[in-house]
Order: sequence, then structure tokens, then C-alpha cells
Amino acid sequence: MRAVTVVSGPVAALDRASVDTDQIIPKQFLKRIERTGFGEFLFFDWMKDPAFPLHRPEFAAAPILATGRNFGCGSSREHAAWALQESGFQAIIAESFGDIFQTNCSKNGLLTVALPAADVRELIDSAPAPAAVDLEAQTVTLPSGRAVSFDVDPSVRERLLHGWDDIALTERRAAEIDRYEAERERAGPNVLAL
Amino acid sequence: MLDKVWADHEVGEELLYVDLHLVHEVTSAQAFEGLRLAGRRVRRPDRTLATADHNVPTGPGDPDELSRVQLAALDTNCAEFGVRLYALGHRRQGVVHVIGPELGVTQPGMTIVCGDSHTSTHGAFGALAFGIGTSEVEHVLATQTLPQRRPRTMRISYAGALGAGCTAKDIILGTIGQIGTDGAAGHVIEYAGAAIQGLSMEGRMTIANMSIEAGGRAGMIAPDDTTFAYLEGRPGAPADFDVAVERWRGYPSDPDAVFDREVTVELAGVAPQVSWGTNPSQVAPITGAVPEPGDETDERALAYMGLTAGTPLQEITVDRVFLGSCTNARIEDLRAAAEVVRGRRVSAGVRAMVVPGSTQVKAQAESEGLDAVFRDAGFEWRGAGCSMCLGMNPDILQPGERCASTSNRNFEGRQGAGGRTHLMSPAMAAAAAVTGRLADVRELVA
Repeated sequence: MRAVTVVSGPVAALDRASVDTDQIIPKQFLKRIERTGFGEFLFFDWMKDPAFPLHRPEFAAAPILATGRNFGCGSSREHAAWALQESGFQAIIAESFGDIFQTNCSKNGLLTVALPAADVRELIDSAPAPAAVDLEAQTVTLPSGRAVSFDVDPSVRERLLHGWDDIALTERRAAEIDRYEAERERAGPNVLAL
Repeated sequence: MLDKVWADHEVGEELLYVDLHLVHEVTSAQAFEGLRLAGRRVRRPDRTLATADHNVPTGPGDPDELSRVQLAALDTNCAEFGVRLYALGHRRQGVVHVIGPELGVTQPGMTIVCGDSHTSTHGAFGALAFGIGTSEVEHVLATQTLPQRRPRTMRISYAGALGAGCTAKDIILGTIGQIGTDGAAGHVIEYAGAAIQGLSMEGRMTIANMSIEAGGRAGMIAPDDTTFAYLEGRPGAPADFDVAVERWRGYPSDPDAVFDREVTVELAGVAPQVSWGTNPSQVAPITGAVPEPGDETDERALAYMGLTAGTPLQEITVDRVFLGSCTNARIEDLRAAAEVVRGRRVSAGVRAMVVPGSTQVKAQAESEGLDAVFRDAGFEWRGAGCSMCLGMNPDILQPGERCASTSNRNFEGRQGAGGRTHLMSPAMAAAAAVTGRLADVRELVA
């Protein structure tokens, strides 16, 4: 994973609440066995509407998406994070996110930033005016120039800032896992014995 | 209960051990490929179980080329990495959240993950079970652990008794209607109260299954004698069953347990629930009408659903009926629906199908003659899979078609682009099939 520190640029706005991952990438595009090729199908059904906000030319190059609360709820499909990232988004700002979606984004270096409703409203209303997300400083600089801070899980932050591979990090703790399995692991279910 | 299971599985700081990893074709291919590229192996194949469900045909005909490649990739990956696979055609194949419990590999006090948001289903047994993404699937395959921070806890306590004609589905739909689709975000829910304890395991699974629709990280129900009786004798049940039961009795929350949040839901007077919108919190009692929109989200939903505020729900006609999914396709669900259907006919112009949750559920239903009840009434009787719950296979709605569905999501396009989904219980879906409209099942069964 590439290290992420600052994402800045125009903001695209999608002023809808509880956008589910079925909308972000519909099921007919989940048949691919690769990690790529999803970007062109982002918001596939909504894109059929010429009035859909993401058609606006001034949003075309936006690396930041500002949107309504509970973004990415529903299905666990990581394809949603892949599709957003492939479409050029590097940070998503909303009041809140679906839990699994947020984790999926963090595994791919796609920032999810939760801000108070009023700050998200400012971003949406002033889009495409540019903003900047600084992961190191944990701040978002709004188009007005006002900087607001945000919370991020410290271990997730560390991993993103360095672009560390999660699995490699856990493999360094192999001795701990070995010890757990030797001392505390509960028997079964051994599915190979079925 | 969460604290006890968590403490049991904490390998070290913020690292959780996984007892059972369930795998299916749609969210695993990229994970296996990641292992291959990095030269990693599956750490514990004996704790990993795969099946084909999301993208399998449930009727005659072969899958399309992309689907065939995806299913073949699962075959190849499981063979290469030594993972037990119940592929299409195997007697134990089925929806991943149906087969775990029916094989008895889902047990109290376990940690269970799967690349599917409805993994919360397994929490019905007092397990900590949650959905993960493909990167996490790869992480679990490689290390049998997940970096996790302990979620907050939320207890939903049910007061009062469930009325006639109401089921677990009505409880959970009503609950989501009350707390919203992000009402449990960041929390593990514990469902409590006499009404929950009185449910069968099938009913409990329906409730735990939809925890994710309230935004919950997971949902748990205290294991008790009903749980143990369900598990006894199943192939995956522990050999030293009595010893296991003694340990499992220790998992329920202590009487003085403290939760980060407490919510109470009143069940007395609750009528069967149906959804009218495009998320599972947009529900109403079948005796009611399409509500006035409260915000823009509601307005969008009504426009998408082609509904007008004030229309009595029972005047809404349906084109399709889907009895299936990890929420409601277990044997008890099929029995409840068959009870309504018996001696009646699917309404003219309605296409109705039953998709059993697993090949074993299908066989059990056939041994009870339920397939004949459904077929005689005009239902299609299909093979096991996720089918029209998410419509990856050819089982989809056409644009504008309206469906009474026992599944878990009524999102826009979920069952097919432009399709309109009304969520409800199996008995209510059966009532819709035979009347051709959203109907109050209490008027059909005395």
C-alpha cells in the first residue's frame, strides 16, 4: 500500500444520506476475480441519470468526496472501496461511515474522515471549492481556510502514514499467535474432520 | 458476553484470534491471489470452510462465463490451499450463514468471520461473528487473526410478548425502524428479553442476521438450552458435548453487566411489519399506510418505489415473491410459509419462487412434502443459494417489478436494477403470493 499523508484538491459533493455499497458498485460487477476494473462502474445505476451530481465537469478531477452520513452502509464488498479509489477519490468526508466499508478503505489507503454535520455541510455547499486532508496533523482545511480536527484510530493512522502492509505487521507477531495457539486455543471446530 | 468472548480471543494488544473463517466465491478470489503473490499459505485450513452460494444458479442452465470463472477460481483456490469446500452439487452446499449452524461448526463463545456482512447471523449462538472485506479475508487466511479494537456494547431489551402472526422478522424490522440504519453503528448488539429467549434458533438467526442493517458490528444472543439442543448431534458439534455445554453456560452476560448503550423495544401491540422504502428502517405495520415523507431520503425512496403517501399498504400489488436468503430460508421459515400456502394458489400474474437456504434444508423440506405444497400452489422450487436476495445470478427483478421478499435489503436495485423490494417475514410473503398484494397474514390463518 502507498503511504498517505495529505490529500488536497477540489471537492465533489454527493448530498445523500446512507449511501449503501450496492449503489457504489452494483452486484453484477462483483464477478471479476481481480482487484481492478471497478472504477468505470462506480454508482453505475445512478450514473444513468444525467442530473446525477458526479457528472458535473467541475467534480471530474476531485480527489475528495463529501457526502451524507452513514456512507458505505450495507454489504461488505471491498469492491466499493476499489471502485472509488480507481475513480480518483483519495479521501471521503462524511458525518459517519459504515463500519466494514471504513475498514476496507483503510486497507487500501483510501481516507475516510468523519466530521461534524455542519462542517460536512460547508464542504457540500461550497463544492467544488478545494479542501485539504492532513492525516499527520489530523486536520481538514475547509474551503473557508478554517481547519477542523478529526479522530482516527492511532494504529490505522500509523499504518496509512507509512504505507505498511497489515499482514506483514501481524506476521511479525507470529510468536504471540504461536503462543496463543499452544496455550489458549479452544478445540475445534475442525472442519477438515467433517 | 462480548467481553468474555473478547478476552478469550485476545492474542495480544488489538489482535483477535479467529476460530472459524467462512469463505465464499465472491469476496475470496482476490485474497487467495494475494497469498499466492506473497508466497503465503493458509495458516489454519482446519478452521476455514468454503462454499459456493452468492453467484450460483438455482435453476436449470449454466452460469454465465464470468460466474463460471469465479466459481472455478474458488475450486482451484480451495484445492491449492487445502481448504474444505462444499461446491455446487455437494449435499452440504448452501448459503454460508445457513450451513455453518446446520453443520454445527457455529458454536457459542467462538469468533467467526466471513467476507459477508450477514456474518452477524452466527451471533444467534452467542458467538462474536462479523463481516469483513477481502483484505481482511486475506489477513485471516494468512494469520488466523485480525487487528481489532474492541467495539462498544449495546443491549436491546424486548418488553412484552409477540402478538399472533408475528415472527422474529417482525421483531427485527420493527427494531431497525425504531433505531435506524446506523442506530447501532460501532456497537455489538446483545438482544435480550423473554421474547428472544422464547425464539427458536432459526428465529434468533433471523434477528442476529439483520444486526448489520441497524449498522451493528455484530449481534449476539445468550446461549441457552435451546442453543445446546440445536447443536447436539450435528456433525461439527464437539465430541465431548457435555463438557462443551458446561463451558458455554458461562458466556451469557452477568446480571450486573454494564452496556455502553441500552435500548428498550416494546413488542405488545406490534403488527406484522413490511418495508415501504429503500432501506430497512423504512418499515410500517401492515395495518398502516405509506407514511408521509419525513426528509429527502424518504422522498427519494417513495419516488423510487412508485408509492404515494397515504396509500394503505394492503392495496399495494406485487409481481414477484421471493422466499429465500440467509435471513429467512431455513426449514422453519419454509414450514411457516407452507402453512399459509397450503390449499391455496399463487395469485394470477404473480411469479413466486422458493430458494431453500441450503441443499440440506431443501432435502429436509422435500422429506416433509413442503416442496409439493409450494409447487402445487404454483411456486417455483429452486436449488440452494443467495439467489434473488442480491441478484448476482439470473434471478433478478425487471425494472419496475415489485417483490415481496423475505431477504434483508430493500436498497435501490438490490434485487435487480429498477426493482422494488418489500421486506417481510416468510408467512407474510406467502400471504402476498396467494393474494397478489401486501396482505395481513393474520387474516389468512386462524
